[in-house]
Amino acid sequence: MNKEAVHITTEKTDATAPVISIKGLHKSFGKDKNVLNGLDLIVHKGENLVILGKSGSGKSIAIKCLVGLIGADEGEIKMLGSDIAKLNNKQLNEIRLKVGFLFQNSALYDSMTVRENLSFPLKRHVQNLSKQEVEDTIREELESVGLAEAIDEMPSELSGGMRKRIGLARTLILKPEIMLYDEPTTGLDTITSREISELILSIQKKNKTTSIIITHDMACAKLTGDRLVILKDGVINAEGSYEELEKSSDKWVRSFFS
Amino acid sequence: MVLYIKNIFHDAGNITLFIARFFKEAVQPPFEIREMIRQCYLIGYKTLPIVGVTGFIMGLVLTIQTRPTLAGFGAESWLPGMVALSLIREIAPVITALICAGKISSGIGAELGSMKVTEQIDAMEVSAINPYKFLVVTRIMAATLMVPILVVFADGIGILGGFAGINIHSDVSIARYIAKVLESLAFIDIFPPTIKTFFFGFFIGAIGCYKGYTAANGTESVGKAANSAVVAASLTIFIIDMLAVQITDLFF
Repeated sequence: MNKEAVHITTEKTDATAPVISIKGLHKSFGKDKNVLNGLDLIVHKGENLVILGKSGSGKSIAIKCLVGLIGADEGEIKMLGSDIAKLNNKQLNEIRLKVGFLFQNSALYDSMTVRENLSFPLKRHVQNLSKQEVEDTIREELESVGLAEAIDEMPSELSGGMRKRIGLARTLILKPEIMLYDEPTTGLDTITSREISELILSIQKKNKTTSIIITHDMACAKLTGDRLVILKDGVINAEGSYEELEKSSDKWVRSFFS
Repeated sequence: MVLYIKNIFHDAGNITLFIARFFKEAVQPPFEIREMIRQCYLIGYKTLPIVGVTGFIMGLVLTIQTRPTLAGFGAESWLPGMVALSLIREIAPVITALICAGKISSGIGAELGSMKVTEQIDAMEVSAINPYKFLVVTRIMAATLMVPILVVFADGIGILGGFAGINIHSDVSIARYIAKVLESLAFIDIFPPTIKTFFFGFFIGAIGCYKGYTAANGTESVGKAANSAVVAASLTIFIIDMLAVQITDLFF
């Protein structure tokens, strides 16, 4: 794939600088519904960060603010050295090309086949690709998620687990540096959940991606997370490895692991 | 009541901004030509049968209903011209536009609404693809181009329906009938009504897209988007028609 065709012009970052840095992030909906209340978060290169928290604690809002889908009320978000709030649309899109986002419901385009779902971002962002190169890249990504045979299927013909895998393949086709997973195993059975978690882990090892994984699935958190943070009332309440948090003195933190 | 009026103005302001964005995005590359052609096929070709059937019935019924009155004045020979004039100037554009509001506007509203609810529009945005350009600009352009073609098609089929209606009671050849129709038509009968159909098409597409694209989260909003798109588009068609008739009356 001709990756040079994708021109990314973000600020240079040194190797030790965090890939994602959030400082004092505030977001509210309406007058009384404060979702994020000064969230601070740092993610280092190659790290898998798992975010836990009750439903409505602002986990999904936080990662949507990261990619500019939702505008923050206050605070600073830096991704790959660029301040998201200060970017114009073109610059933001250049950052977005380096970020993969797996949505909770996979968000496959219903009117397109699996092949079209994968070729859609590829044809738009990687120029000078022949038809054969597009086909080869699509097949390669589908094989990496173990679903090469589903290439001509419509999303409506796929099971929940298959949709998640195809969504992942579509996200990975542009070779992102950062992966954001919004509840990747929600609604799946235990076996499929484990398969998806293993896939996340293998992607991180293969592509050396930095990941944020939002989940309620503790098996997924244990398997994929290098570091875990627990959100409460829009701020981080606890932080540490799976084993550390499991033995926390805070009963509320321990309740996530029981 | 105050809140209701406030919401109407709020909606009007938002749709104005939405349409202003269309003009800005439509002239900036990249142009989604393939998607626009696909939408032309979906909007135009798939609406053709229903427009054809209603067009034929309009012509037939209009002829049957008008015939006794004209016969009373001994003016039956005016029937082809009168049916053609009524169809081309008013009935075919408005009825076809209303059918398109029901089929196209609601279809677009429901489709974009469900894409919004299932985060497909967000997925497009995070892939650095402009969803407005891909989903909205293509659909509005396709509707603007296709509705006039559908109206012309309905005109033609309606006139044929009129021929069938006349031949129930009398025996007129198709050549004679067409000659009578063409004899009665002038530039003013064809040009202004055709121009207004572009506006019908534009607003049918724009309202459907606006309602779908701005749908709230939750499956209930998909139904609401489809329903409100039909209501708003139908009302807009009548308002445009009223303005078009006034303007035509002023200049011609």
